[in-house]
Amino acid sequence: MTWDEMAPLLWEATWQTGVMVGWAAVFTVLLGLPLGVALVVFDRGGLRPLPVLKSILGVIVNVGRSLPFIVLMIAIIPFTRLVVGTTIGTAAVVVPLTVGAVPFFARLVETALREVDRDVIQAAQAMGAGRGAVVWKVLLPEALPGIVAGVTVTVVALIGYTAMAGTIGGGGLGDLAIRYGYQRFETAVMIVTVVVLIVIVQIMQSLGDLLARRLSHK
Amino acid sequence: MIQVSGLRKSYGGTVALDGVDLNVRQGEVYGVVGQSGAGKSTLLRCVNLLERPSAGTVTVAGQDLTALRGKDLNRARQRIGMIHQHFALLSSRTVAGNVSFPLEVMGVPRAERRRRVGELLDLVGLGGRGGDHPHQLSGGQKQRVGIARALAGNPSVLLSDEATSALDPGTTQSILALLRRLNAELGLTILLITHEMDVVKSICDSVAIMSGGRVEESGPIGDLIRTPGSRLTREIFPLPDPAPAGSVTLTFTGDPRQPLVSEAVRKFDVDVSILGGSIEDLAGGSVGRLRVAFSGEQVPAALTYLRERGLLVETS
Repeated sequence: MTWDEMAPLLWEATWQTGVMVGWAAVFTVLLGLPLGVALVVFDRGGLRPLPVLKSILGVIVNVGRSLPFIVLMIAIIPFTRLVVGTTIGTAAVVVPLTVGAVPFFARLVETALREVDRDVIQAAQAMGAGRGAVVWKVLLPEALPGIVAGVTVTVVALIGYTAMAGTIGGGGLGDLAIRYGYQRFETAVMIVTVVVLIVIVQIMQSLGDLLARRLSHK
Repeated sequence: MIQVSGLRKSYGGTVALDGVDLNVRQGEVYGVVGQSGAGKSTLLRCVNLLERPSAGTVTVAGQDLTALRGKDLNRARQRIGMIHQHFALLSSRTVAGNVSFPLEVMGVPRAERRRRVGELLDLVGLGGRGGDHPHQLSGGQKQRVGIARALAGNPSVLLSDEATSALDPGTTQSILALLRRLNAELGLTILLITHEMDVVKSICDSVAIMSGGRVEESGPIGDLIRTPGSRLTREIFPLPDPAPAGSVTLTFTGDPRQPLVSEAVRKFDVDVSILGGSIEDLAGGSVGRLRVAFSGEQVPAALTYLRERGLLVETS
């Protein structure tokens, strides 16, 4: 296959990966951040200890994390149909991507929030800050560098997950590598795809690291 | 200003506070000393209800805090400043942002906040450093930020949790001097806990000595010094303990240059040998403590004479 034949395929696949990862990342942060906060706030010794609720959330998160993405994607097909009305295509992939990444990201958020100095939280409480103020003005800002690092790791993981999106017609770079590189023995496509993936992951990681460093004042 | 009565706190089976009473008067600097594990930290954290006591009451500025919960408690806490051993500053905020924090919590408008933050930073000697982040400051400067932040809500009471324990001696003195100045200029009542006797010596008017979750002795330093067998006196003055048999320990307050001992020696024809002693400058004035051995026939009369002249005479 010549470069001229490959380029449009590659371009389209990169775009599809970008769309899937982008939307899934947005929804993952929107859902995973509150979940991560909940895991910390409702914990024993947290701002609002509700150990039973915390355990339930913890179990749900662990179930989500114990399924390999390809299994999860197939298993939640009925849910995907309910949410986006279809089970194939790029939009249909965003649902399982998000469901798969939310528990992962929530744990990363939880870890980042636990790193926040207890003294600082108590100092805020001693100044009369209520739970909302502690979460918004202390926990989240103090943990922001860690949360940004968590977003970076999650985006990289999402790029990995999208390789399996081809199975339900989502397209993307992984799909391109499998259909052309593997099934049609187009080694050139395989190599180019791998290089593009490596470059994308490197760029994402570097950007994430840079942002996290900028935000950190330790 | 702060009344603590019958305070108990236990965690599961361990008793951290075992019936503590404390009375901190308006405008005084009150020190709580004791070894680690004595319960002083728990006591301080019970005063602003960071820990809810198992029993007993805490009254600050006439308000029973133990009766408050939720928003009412938060509002009451805004009137009680607190500073911390490890400063507890937000690393995500600038110096000005940290001082602004309690004002935001109180709902003070932005322009007012900016003005107040400027005033507070000037007050603690950090004018012009508002844009820095805490990691750019030295320990002493961080504690000054902590103090500015604690004063933001115009508190009547300042709680200090080992505020100088992480600082070197020179910085400790400058922070203590600042606290003394705030106490004098703003009439701020300060309740501090410390394990350093130097802190008590330099700024405290009153002191409570804690051990095993109880207050062993408490009161104005001058009164405790004049009490026979006071533990505070023994802690402040480094004399061998227990005193050797036959020795006499004299504690004198007031002008240390009065020649009382030599007067007694001449008057009663006794000999004196000095075993040890020192003079300490406490917040209330100089106090001397001298361990001597008298010999001669009229020793009892000499001791009586010294007692009559206002010395605390302890024989052993």
